[in-house]
Amino acid sequence: MRKEYEMVIGLEVHVELATKTKIFCGCSTAFGGEPNTHTCPVCTGMPGSLPVLNKQVVEYAMAVGLAAGCSITRYCKFDRKNYFYPDNPQNYQISQLYLPICRDGKVEIETSSGKKTVGIHEIHMEEDAGKLIHDEWEDCSFVDYNRSGVPLIEIVSEPDMRSAEEVIAYLEKLRMMIQYLGASDCKLNEGSMRADVNLSVREAGTEQMGTRTEMKNLNSFKAITRAIEAEKNRQIDLLEEGKEVIQETRRWDDVKEYSYAMRSKEDAQDYRYFPEPDLVPVEISDEWIARIKAAQPELQPEKMERYQREYGLPQYDAEIITASKHLADIFEETAELCKKPKKVSNWLMGETMRLMKEKEMDAEELRFSPRHLAELIALTEDGSLSNTVAKEVFEKIFEEDIEPGSYVKEHGLNVVNDEGELRNAAAQVIKSNPKSVSDYRNGKEKAIGFLVGQTMKAMKGKANPGMVNKILKELLSQT
Amino acid sequence: MREMRQLTAVQLGKKIKEREISVSEAVQAALLQIENVEKHVGSYVSIEEEAALEQARKIQQRIDKGELTGILAGVPMAVKDNMCTAGIRTTCSSKILENFIPTYTAEAVRNLENAGAVILGKTNMDEFAMGSTTETSAWGATRNPWNLEHVPGGSSGGSCAAVAAEECFYALGSDTGGSIRQPSAFCGVTGLKPTYGTVSRYGLIAYGSSLDQIGPVAKDVTDCAAILEEITSYDKKDSTSLKRKDRDFMSALKDDVKGMRIGIPKDYLGDGLEEEVKTAVLAAAKTLEEKGAEVEMFDLALVEYAIPAYYVIACAEASSNLARFDGVKYGYRAGEYEGLHDMYKKSRSQGFGPEVKRRIMLGSFVLSSGYYDAYYLKALRTKALIKQEFDKAFARYDVILGPAAPTTAPKIGSSLKEPLKMYLGDIYTVAVNLAGLPGITLPCGLDSKGLPIGLQLIGDCFQEKKIIQTAYAFEQTRERRSPYEERV
Repeated sequence: MRKEYEMVIGLEVHVELATKTKIFCGCSTAFGGEPNTHTCPVCTGMPGSLPVLNKQVVEYAMAVGLAAGCSITRYCKFDRKNYFYPDNPQNYQISQLYLPICRDGKVEIETSSGKKTVGIHEIHMEEDAGKLIHDEWEDCSFVDYNRSGVPLIEIVSEPDMRSAEEVIAYLEKLRMMIQYLGASDCKLNEGSMRADVNLSVREAGTEQMGTRTEMKNLNSFKAITRAIEAEKNRQIDLLEEGKEVIQETRRWDDVKEYSYAMRSKEDAQDYRYFPEPDLVPVEISDEWIARIKAAQPELQPEKMERYQREYGLPQYDAEIITASKHLADIFEETAELCKKPKKVSNWLMGETMRLMKEKEMDAEELRFSPRHLAELIALTEDGSLSNTVAKEVFEKIFEEDIEPGSYVKEHGLNVVNDEGELRNAAAQVIKSNPKSVSDYRNGKEKAIGFLVGQTMKAMKGKANPGMVNKILKELLSQT
Repeated sequence: MREMRQLTAVQLGKKIKEREISVSEAVQAALLQIENVEKHVGSYVSIEEEAALEQARKIQQRIDKGELTGILAGVPMAVKDNMCTAGIRTTCSSKILENFIPTYTAEAVRNLENAGAVILGKTNMDEFAMGSTTETSAWGATRNPWNLEHVPGGSSGGSCAAVAAEECFYALGSDTGGSIRQPSAFCGVTGLKPTYGTVSRYGLIAYGSSLDQIGPVAKDVTDCAAILEEITSYDKKDSTSLKRKDRDFMSALKDDVKGMRIGIPKDYLGDGLEEEVKTAVLAAAKTLEEKGAEVEMFDLALVEYAIPAYYVIACAEASSNLARFDGVKYGYRAGEYEGLHDMYKKSRSQGFGPEVKRRIMLGSFVLSSGYYDAYYLKALRTKALIKQEFDKAFARYDVILGPAAPTTAPKIGSSLKEPLKMYLGDIYTVAVNLAGLPGITLPCGLDSKGLPIGLQLIGDCFQEKKIIQTAYAFEQTRERRSPYEERV
């Protein structure tokens, strides 16, 4: 029989910071852009160029550290990590080894098995590398240095996680926190948040750590979950067969749902770290820390509380909406525009969630503008759109961010308030449904429901149901 | 009468200002001298004849319009080939950068351009500033204008030889462990290494980043002070650059050393120092004493640890600084290779010379895991202790006086065979870089072979004015000598 095993997982999370310019030069950090257009002598490693630290990077790193309860290193330094690779123009990366900016923090997570604390070992600042593009056809490679020098923080957790669920909860919590701070958009699919998973297994109840592997190339939460499960099984199988787990770095292939070894500990590189002589140490004063704390925006717990207090949202709704900074922003902006927070919440909790689920989307991917949702709410409120039509129009807003007013006009979706037209339609329905008419006249009041439905159908849903009801009753009372 | 090429930079600048000499005439005089002696001396890697003449016309116009009024406006000069110059090939005297043309100009050079300098060309050096003789240049050795069989010193040997040979009116050098002061001594010119952080390193191709500093190489102390005033600047592009308010270095050109406290480290006069050098240096000290300075000998500790600490730190930084030369982005790439690693290996094996490879290997070794603490960290601690020793010394003295090098210029071909012996020749200069101090060397005599002997004056951080004043006062007691005296 198989023994009971438990996983021990620690994460190294790289987050691209939302600065406008790079960490050591004035080049733009914008994503995309023609290759090598956001570059200068510094970020392409030209001889004689020198790095100059972007202060905003330090402030974002401090903000994340403070939000994660870290202690801030008052005298922190940069170090060089030496390795040769063409995406790394200087053949060294400026990073922090000896004195990282933040240390000893913690993040509270909640999973189906309850609440738990994950320790943060350290957070350090570093520069991103460029991107290699391989042309298999020509058998050559190109380098794009647009990303070279984009600022990163690396958040290194303690090995405190025991399941994929805890890993995802930790990552979601980190992402939410960082997005609320405005320090990064944390998009896994665009690589602005990247997680490497360090995982080992051991017999349940033992203290001794097993040999760990490091998993790279995990581009979504689903990929992370799959990779963790696969790696756990791979390691347990090895142990069950009496083999050893080799300490190595593995690359996850999410299509094949399989990982393969990139390099083992034996051929691990010696990075020859040493203090970066081109940068001066960063000295962080109490005042600076106080300034960063004071400038800290409202974080999720406070926002959730405020939504209940200020907008009267139920706790459940407030929690769901604030779980994504992006969704919360949409909520607040829309509520500000239309002054109907509960209606806004209903649209987000109902139709928005339904469509997101149907399309397997993340809240971060929502692209409709609050102005259009506010306009839609106004149209339903003044009775010019029926609920059915409003849902149709919302789907268009959700997908294409159309402008509801002109869309409704173009497609003739306005509720018909023209009494003459409604009267004609109702008369036609009465004529074609003698059975229901006689049922109604014989006291079966519910029969009117069917007739309203038929009239609405004839009007293609664009009629005002209240008016239809009134007209039908009026016509039926006549003989 | 002295010929135009024999003028100092400040003398020439005055004559240009007073319209006695045009900028073009000055440039032509330098170019003529280059034509006459360059084939023997070999100071230059690149000579920018056309560009210099064109620049001369432009500068003259700006002087005529009154836009350029500085003391160095229109004075032709040369730049060591490790400083980037937009549009001018910058090779560090290495094959690996044989065709590198920067798109940007080093801040120090830009400051001089703004002051109206005309760049004649780029001067030869030891490859990547690694060496003490200018023999490790991929483009061949430079010769000492005082005796063509001898080296000019290094690594700024080209700059110092060019000034001595009157192929330019002044030059920029860089000093990581003595690379301005030692060749200035060997070539009988005056060279100053400023306090670390005084001159921007932006555009200086790094050797040992925490030690490198650009400085002037000139015919006299006055020129050094004038040039230093122009190149001193706070530069946001260099994080180690300092804001200095005391940039009026020429105000220190006073023939007065009364009460100046001068200390001579006993350890600077010990084993390995040539008798003739010692005699000349002590005679200089005597002269200063006679002029009213208080001179005494003292014990400066840790002198023997400066060389090992320097070579560990400089090589460690160099091993990383030179990693970017890989054949991927610019510079030399091997012709034939199989795959990325082979390309790296062949490009670097073929592109770097033996001394550079030796230092990259040494530096990689001292940084590697398991050795870092024993070598690199220990060297950093030694550096801090050496700084403390100087702090103690400067509590008692305004200036430390000693030789610039243990010997005069050795013969070409005699140094590279014994690199350790060559490294030991840096004994009087490297501690100044480790402690970030300013130092100046100026001629204090000729040895029996007719080769110049250099006097070194070291100041505390930011005390350039004290060493300039002391050097100036000493200089007033001597005639300026030129290797071409007999022919003039």
